[in-house]
Amino acid sequence: MAKVPVQFTLNGSEKAEFIESGTTLLHALRDKIGDTSPKGGCHQGTCGACSVIIDGELRLSCLTLAETCNGADIRTTAGLAEAGVLHPLQRAFLDAFATQCGFCTPGMIMAAKVLLDRTPNPSREDVVEALSGNICRCTGYEPIIQAVLTAARANSQNAA
Amino acid sequence: MSLALQTFSTVKDANAALQASGTRYLGGGTLVVRGANEGDVSVSSLVRVTEPSLSAITVSGDKVQLGASVTMAAIARHPDLAAVAPAARAVGGPAIRNMATVGGNLFAPAPYGDFAVALLALDATVTAETGETPIEDFLTGRDSSRAIITAVEFSLPKADSFHFLKVSRVKPKGISVLSIAALLQRTADGTVTSARIALGCMADRPMRAKAAERALLGCKLTPQEIAPALAAAGEGISPITDPIASTWYRAEVLPVHLGRLLLG
Repeated sequence: MAKVPVQFTLNGSEKAEFIESGTTLLHALRDKIGDTSPKGGCHQGTCGACSVIIDGELRLSCLTLAETCNGADIRTTAGLAEAGVLHPLQRAFLDAFATQCGFCTPGMIMAAKVLLDRTPNPSREDVVEALSGNICRCTGYEPIIQAVLTAARANSQNAA
Repeated sequence: MSLALQTFSTVKDANAALQASGTRYLGGGTLVVRGANEGDVSVSSLVRVTEPSLSAITVSGDKVQLGASVTMAAIARHPDLAAVAPAARAVGGPAIRNMATVGGNLFAPAPYGDFAVALLALDATVTAETGETPIEDFLTGRDSSRAIITAVEFSLPKADSFHFLKVSRVKPKGISVLSIAALLQRTADGTVTSARIALGCMADRPMRAKAAERALLGCKLTPQEIAPALAAAGEGISPITDPIASTWYRAEVLPVHLGRLLLG
């Protein structure tokens, strides 16, 4: 199988790789580039664990072919912390015990980040809707919803 | 997995490439890449098109044209498409809606394809290079379709004439137990003068509830008057069985949910 070049920005830094045609973005990120923050859960578009942000939109990296991302701006949970300081969402997830096994957490945080980028003060319904494509089998969701609402409040206090 | 992706700038070139055996068209990836991940080895080559017109939404008067690559998210947020936004929002979660396309939805097997159910009720026209096809004929023959769909067209329904309902077990979003779309024209006193009802999950693809449509004519939307239509709703259906619901369950609850849609 011929290899094809892909080039995109991952969390602000340029990445270029040769991959086999038909490789999913999830596979390229985890096994080629070494960013293991997106998780491979169902590979069917059902669980949301592989969620990443591509050009500002939430997408499933398991159903996205890497070579369709040439020139794209890709964001993953691995790029959220700055200079060792956790992103408000990460801090809120820790504080609210919104992470148990942790497998869904990177996808949840990406889905929540897209929400807060567009809707800084979301309602509870907004949060539930934004997370509706992400499955968690541990927490029962309530701590996750609370964490996102807490992060939103922390953001707006910092902005004030 | 061994897949080769070919990218074309025009539909014409992609259509030629699509004729090779083992080749499928890649839209948003939520069906085709999912199939490959699941081990579908019948597909060895994928074709996609980057032509910008495929992503265009055109609304002129009450005529709507959606390019085949328009996503569910783009429909849901479009200011002129509020009437059909509920059907677009019913598809998947936010990430799926950013990927899933109008064209792909036309091919989605039950229990997927909720937006196609809405398009069937709206009597949409499906456009390919080979010409235009009424959606009902398109759905019947879709398994042998080899031409890339470029757009769907329909008339924007007037407020209160279009109704859409998706029933899921998982809240707020989950896979369909069933979905129903109904386009009803009524006189000033509420008498139904025309009805077009489409059902999802009642066959392997969206289908019309023609007996229920006929039974609704001349009725007002009251529990008594719609009873014959509800009794006829199951005529000709053969619902799917999957982990969400059985054939029996889907058939049992169809009249209940159709009633709620009509009376709601």
